[in-house]
Amino acid sequence: MMQFTCPHCGPRDQAEFIYERTADAVVSLDAAPEEAMKSLFTRNNPRGVDEEIWRHTYGCRAWMVIARNRVTNEISATRAVGPEALP
Amino acid sequence: MSQYSAFGLLRGALNGQKHWQPAWRDPEPKSHYDIIIIGGGGHGLATAYYLAKVHGLKNIAVLEKGWIGGGNTGRNTTIVRSNYRLKPLHDLFEFGLKMWEHLSDELNYNVMFSPRGAMFLGHSDADMTKLAERGDAMRCDGIDVDLMTRDEVQKLEPLLDMSRSARFPIEGGLIQRRGGTARHDAVAWGYARGADSLGVDIIQKCEVTGFVRDGDAVVGVETTRGRINAGRVGICVAGHSGYVAGLAGLKLPVESQTLQAMVTEGVKPMINSVIMSQSLHCYISQSDKGGIVFGGDPDNWPSYAQRGNPMVMERAVAQGLALVPALSRLRMVRTWSGVTDMSFDGAPIIGETPVKNLFLNGGWCYGGFKATPASGWTYAHTLATGKPHALNAPFALDRFERGATIDETGSGPMPNSR
Ligand SMILES: Cc1cc2nc3c(=O)[nH]c(=O)nc-3n(C[C@H](O)[C@H](O)[C@H](O)COP(=O)(O)OP(=O)(O)OC[C@H]3O[C@@H](n4cnc5c(N)ncnc54)[C@H](O)[C@@H]3O)c2cc1C
Ligand SMILES: [Zn+2]
Repeated sequence: MMQFTCPHCGPRDQAEFIYERTADAVVSLDAAPEEAMKSLFTRNNPRGVDEEIWRHTYGCRAWMVIARNRVTNEISATRAVGPEALP
Repeated sequence: MSQYSAFGLLRGALNGQKHWQPAWRDPEPKSHYDIIIIGGGGHGLATAYYLAKVHGLKNIAVLEKGWIGGGNTGRNTTIVRSNYRLKPLHDLFEFGLKMWEHLSDELNYNVMFSPRGAMFLGHSDADMTKLAERGDAMRCDGIDVDLMTRDEVQKLEPLLDMSRSARFPIEGGLIQRRGGTARHDAVAWGYARGADSLGVDIIQKCEVTGFVRDGDAVVGVETTRGRINAGRVGICVAGHSGYVAGLAGLKLPVESQTLQAMVTEGVKPMINSVIMSQSLHCYISQSDKGGIVFGGDPDNWPSYAQRGNPMVMERAVAQGLALVPALSRLRMVRTWSGVTDMSFDGAPIIGETPVKNLFLNGGWCYGGFKATPASGWTYAHTLATGKPHALNAPFALDRFERGATIDETGSGPMPNSR
């Protein structure tokens, strides 16, 4: 199992988290139809690092962006998103 | 190619079985092929076989980065069935199922197709309604399938926990009796031997690392064994679809995820059919060697690791044990996983791409083994003629932007449809 470091709760087992989608797959409210289509349906799906949105569902329930290598599972960065991330 | 036969075996017995020949050649890549297929799984090899056999093409290569059948073809739980609700899906899979019924004869290679029945369990009234709806949709298109009562399910699989206090109560089922299992390796080897004998070059340890372009057209591939020119190129790399298509600048509606399976020690026959529960997502069958084969949900996050997470394994096994408590006494002997290309409507993609001369066969999620013959047949048609076969026309890559997705479960644009 992987271990993620929640920006709010510290290191926790992956079992507490749920994968949502990649960071570039969030449709902005004013997206043109082609852009929305791309965000909804296509992925870079790299055999390497991508930024992913995970949620600490069985913990503090906050969203975060995790940069993870999809071959080695190495995590290179984690950052909070949403109002929590504001100064 | 010498035909395999019982008589040949007997004759071999008299001279120490010294007559066996390699089942396919190990050729050096030529500088040009009319058609190159990337990926030597069952689908790629079947495609090459039908290109040569049905379309009479002579100059074809299959390029495989590892060894043939070493991908998902050799890693899957071998369930073969055509019991899908949506027409494009059950038409394609039924075409394939009919081919499975004669595949050993067609290839002169025993693929051990075993139509022992593929049964979905229903755990509630709502489940039974869903199963009936699926059954009706299939019967409307002339595909056999039967709704089962609780008693019928119990009679077929006496070891299921049918008690009213069961963790997952069983209300009935839906069975396709012509469904079953097959020997996965034999499918790859049988198609490889057949294709090779028709002149197809099967080139192993040859990874495609890039595409050679001339303007907007692909005219060849770069590989770990040098550049090879091609008239048309067909991608057929399962979990690596996104990566390989990316080498041509395409961004696909797929996300690669790990799917695991596991097998217990061999025991006497105890599971008669293929037992599946789509509400839980757990499937159980018994291999011809006696091992109980388990499968479940994919590890539900992107991965190319080809190794699975114990958390997900535990869930699949817990479901299996709740359904068949007697399995708790068995020891698990092996677990493994494969990289599957989960498409965004759960249906495959077979057809042309926006890049000229470049074609795609992928997005099979966790259900492509059963389609191997049909996938090869339709993809061969598409590669030979440049046009879709009627059966794969609905599975075009541009269906997502046209709003024509084939979403069996109605779960929307997520790469984890069942
Ligand atoms: C655990 C598990 C259980 C499954 N259970 C079932 C089931 O019960 N029933 C069912 O119908 N389906 C099942 N599936 C799905 C099924 O296995 C696949 O859909 C099917 O085997 C795909 O076949 P393929 O020939 O396209 O892929 P593969 O057999 O994976 O072949 C693709 C090949 O491409 C090669 N390749 C990749 N990149 C390159 C490159 N750059 N250059 C050259 N070669 C390359 C790979 O090495 C591989 O050999 C399961 C899958 C898994 C992982
Ligand atoms: Zn937290």
